[in-house]
Amino acid sequence: MQHDDHDHDHPHDHDHGHHHDHDHGSELSEAALRVRALETVLVEKGYVDPAALDLIVETYETKIGPRNGARIVARAWSDPAFRARLLADGTAAAAEFGFGGRQGEHMKVVENRPDLHNLVVCTLCSCYPWPVLGLPPVWYKSAPFRSKAVIDPRGVLGDFGVTLPASTKIRVWDSTAEMRYLVLPMRPAGTEGWSEERLADCVTRDSMIGTGLARIPEGAA
Amino acid sequence: MNGAQDLGGMMGFGPVRPESDEPVFHGEWEKRALAITLASAALGEWNLDMGRHARETLPPGEYLTSSYYEIWTKALAKMLAARGMVTAEELTAGRALLPPVPTRKPRADAAAAAKALANGSPYDRPQTAPARFAPGDVVRTKVMHPRGHTRLPRYARGKTGTVVAVHGVFAYPDTNAHGLGERPQWCYGVRFTGRELWGPDAEPDLEVMVDCWEPYLEASA
Repeated sequence: MQHDDHDHDHPHDHDHGHHHDHDHGSELSEAALRVRALETVLVEKGYVDPAALDLIVETYETKIGPRNGARIVARAWSDPAFRARLLADGTAAAAEFGFGGRQGEHMKVVENRPDLHNLVVCTLCSCYPWPVLGLPPVWYKSAPFRSKAVIDPRGVLGDFGVTLPASTKIRVWDSTAEMRYLVLPMRPAGTEGWSEERLADCVTRDSMIGTGLARIPEGAA
Repeated sequence: MNGAQDLGGMMGFGPVRPESDEPVFHGEWEKRALAITLASAALGEWNLDMGRHARETLPPGEYLTSSYYEIWTKALAKMLAARGMVTAEELTAGRALLPPVPTRKPRADAAAAAKALANGSPYDRPQTAPARFAPGDVVRTKVMHPRGHTRLPRYARGKTGTVVAVHGVFAYPDTNAHGLGERPQWCYGVRFTGRELWGPDAEPDLEVMVDCWEPYLEASA
């Protein structure tokens, strides 16, 4: 079975008080050593620019993430004209926010209803709408999710603690080509009159993949 | 190819394990793995489909026991070695031993990398022939087991479905992955019932949408 969570035998940069891989060569995992060797040789031979590497990391660590998608969803809940544009052409509607580019060249938005729940997967690799959700979580790229989503989506939802009524049809989108799918979740009850900013706080990343539902955050009602 | 990447419908991997408050990266090496993968691709020596094929040709046991960033970096090392850009000896030594070889595109600096991320690489192409199918058409996917790259997953081969969307004309992975040209083809969204894919034990009402290039499809009798 795949080690999906993370390798437990090397340091994590989010463990405060611990060290970075780069600082302690003796503790590097095989994977970290391979990456270090690759980066060193690529830089030495002039194939890659260290400044470009840092920019790529910074972009996906700090600039592009699921908050982008949440803003789109909140707008769609608030503005029927935008919702119509979003469902007609996801790429163009995301561009209204300035969101687009790599792995979001062809975006399609699919809308949940009481009788229909959408779930997005890429059984063949890890296709995911980066400009609106950021980089995919580990579980999205893992064998358990990729194998099970198309044959047992209710089981997958159960793994996330989500149970849907039997009357809700489930539609799974396997991202086998270059279309990238974003789920427009249902707006939670009790949010009438809320600002887009408040609404965006209800929109979790998982609700836009279809493994979760939008919900009012604890203490925000 | 029928590699370990084609996971849809497989069983035995256990539950999906979401991670609460998952960080974007688990360790410094994942950041570098992402960055060198994207920056190296910008040199134009391989396309998206070649990259995917390099990953899926990892031996199945290795693929299934590697984290996704490990899969990326193993594939990257393989592609760099195949083109003489970074040799196995250099990876072992962890430093450059040979001069660089020429690349199709120049190294991207930070500004060029930012532009590439923001612009992405659209894969749609001008149409040169009319679409063979239209929404509502009943189609059957081909039974095929190519030794090379394809984006038609095994679970969806030889199945009858309904065209629900005509996405446009896109570079064709089955040739593009092998340096045989983009040979753009129409791509369709095709809806399959759970029963068609999985038989009578399928979840009732399940629908699975698969994006299929035209050569994967034939008209249903």
